[in-house]
Amino acid sequence: MKRKTVWKKLVGLTAACCLLTGLLTGCGASDAGSAAGDNGEVIVYNWGEYIDPDTLEMFESETGIRVIYDEFETNEIMYPKVEAGASQYDVICPSDYMIQKMIDNDLLQELDFDNLPNAKANIGAQYWEQSEQFDPGNRYSVPYCWGTVGILYNKTMVDEPVDSWSILWNEKYADNILMQDSVRDAFMVALKLNGCSMNSMDPDELAAARDLLIEQKPLVQAYVIDQVRDKMIGNEAALGVIYSGEAIYTQRENPDLEYVIPKEGTNVWIDSWVIPKNAPNPENAEKFIDFMCRPDIALLNFEYITYSTPNDAARELIEDEDIRNSSIAFPDLSQYENLETFTYLGEEGDGLYNEMWKEVKSR
Amino acid sequence: MIKKSAEKIYTGLIVLFMYAPIVTLMVLSFNNSKTRAKWGGFTFKWYAALFDNQAILQALSNTLSIALLSAAAATLIGTAATLAISGMGRRSRAVFMSVTNIPMLNAEIVTGISLMLLFLSFGIRFGFGTILLSHITFNIPYVILSVMPRTKQLNPSVYEAALDLGASRFQAFFRVVFPDLLPGIVSGFLMAFTMSLDDFIITHFTKGPGVDTLSTKIYTEVKKGIKPEMYALSTLIFLTVLILLLLVNYRPKPQDAAIPGAERTQK
Repeated sequence: MKRKTVWKKLVGLTAACCLLTGLLTGCGASDAGSAAGDNGEVIVYNWGEYIDPDTLEMFESETGIRVIYDEFETNEIMYPKVEAGASQYDVICPSDYMIQKMIDNDLLQELDFDNLPNAKANIGAQYWEQSEQFDPGNRYSVPYCWGTVGILYNKTMVDEPVDSWSILWNEKYADNILMQDSVRDAFMVALKLNGCSMNSMDPDELAAARDLLIEQKPLVQAYVIDQVRDKMIGNEAALGVIYSGEAIYTQRENPDLEYVIPKEGTNVWIDSWVIPKNAPNPENAEKFIDFMCRPDIALLNFEYITYSTPNDAARELIEDEDIRNSSIAFPDLSQYENLETFTYLGEEGDGLYNEMWKEVKSR
Repeated sequence: MIKKSAEKIYTGLIVLFMYAPIVTLMVLSFNNSKTRAKWGGFTFKWYAALFDNQAILQALSNTLSIALLSAAAATLIGTAATLAISGMGRRSRAVFMSVTNIPMLNAEIVTGISLMLLFLSFGIRFGFGTILLSHITFNIPYVILSVMPRTKQLNPSVYEAALDLGASRFQAFFRVVFPDLLPGIVSGFLMAFTMSLDDFIITHFTKGPGVDTLSTKIYTEVKKGIKPEMYALSTLIFLTVLILLLLVNYRPKPQDAAIPGAERTQK
């Protein structure tokens, strides 16, 4: 009798699950595979939530190329999949230092800029220049999103003017400081404060930065990544190190917040489109990249992601004047000194940083 | 008396800490503001957005079908394996048990990357199929683990008696042995189903472009923040499971006599 009950429970559960699955697959499959796909496909590998889904549909209906869209969450997770060749992608959107690593390891193919007229025409000169740091000669990558790293602070909780990384060492704000929980970002703050390059490989400079971070540790409320945004909106901390793209969004939610680029300089990061060597559809990949550089498409993506666009023509189209001229979204890079972009330090460099970071975190 | 109430408070605290995050998530699924830090008013809009979001629905249906199919396949293979292993001598049994336990003892990332390399060397195209194969692989030991104790309780004489009384081997297995194993098989299936639903790392390494399960989908949202549609979906899943469990546990008890074969199993 007992066995029968168990059996019945199982049958009931299975039936319920089947029904649910059937329903969902049914409505999921119905509208796929319409006009798109006549001209082959393009396999895109991008950050999560890093594109306006409407633009993908527009691309499909305008070109007849079906988009197979896949997402990753960190450069480090994307890299082994591409390196092993487990999945062959046509277009990938890694960050600066990772692009350099991929170039070094011969994973990328050169772009033919004759097929990328929109990229040539619309991406601003200063972004090409910034890209040279990791892609000399601008041969492999087309900038897609960019930004700076700075301090987000709450005007009601911070009295003095914020213009330097040194405020993150001010004991007045003990337990009210949020730091980035990633090696390179954390060391960038300390290295810049010491007046060093954030791509430094000098063990003495790194040791000094490590000691500075250890000194700061008692004042830090938490080492976090994406929680900076929510914690700052909720008035849970006074100061936080944050990416500029999040600053616009957080200010919209909490008008007391203000973003500054510290005077010692900071990281200018760029995420760019690249085409890997083993791409099955390189022509479609070029079409996709060029489509993303069209001003109207870049504008849609800017509005969806809120990360700054390097597309000058799209910036002209932004209706809200405050945002178009915002010094947060579009800082004039020539005004700041010591702006740098992360470069790939090789395995040895990565090891050195990780070792030092472990020492900071384990104290 | 004091001890009793202390015990109750302690249990209460444990339940509170276990369910507080889920309750938070449910509350946030009705939050009009996108950030968890601010209450923007009550809304159903995330639920509406959820059913408009093809990517999430596709991920949900992938997750459920992979979980069901892999649990079913693993249950079949695992049960057969258990029967074979339990018929072995002591030494070969020990060897086979340690081999089947490898996927369970291994760190998930090792299993995941090994499977990825294996598929690569065979030139298999990554996609739904590779995820399914890997899930079956890591599910099998869980089934074996929960069926194995049942086979130890089996009385071999019963099976032999059935053969003596004229049953074919097939009949003897399904009418005599199988009912005894059933509770183990069911819990093995449920365990495998849960493990498959839950898995992120192995799925991540064995999935192909454009195929997502819920866990990989949620993880990709980390950079830009989890979207409230996910809260809505999690709330719905939680409620579905809760209602199913309530139904299963509180439905009216059937009369013993109404079940055919009840007399036999009571022997």
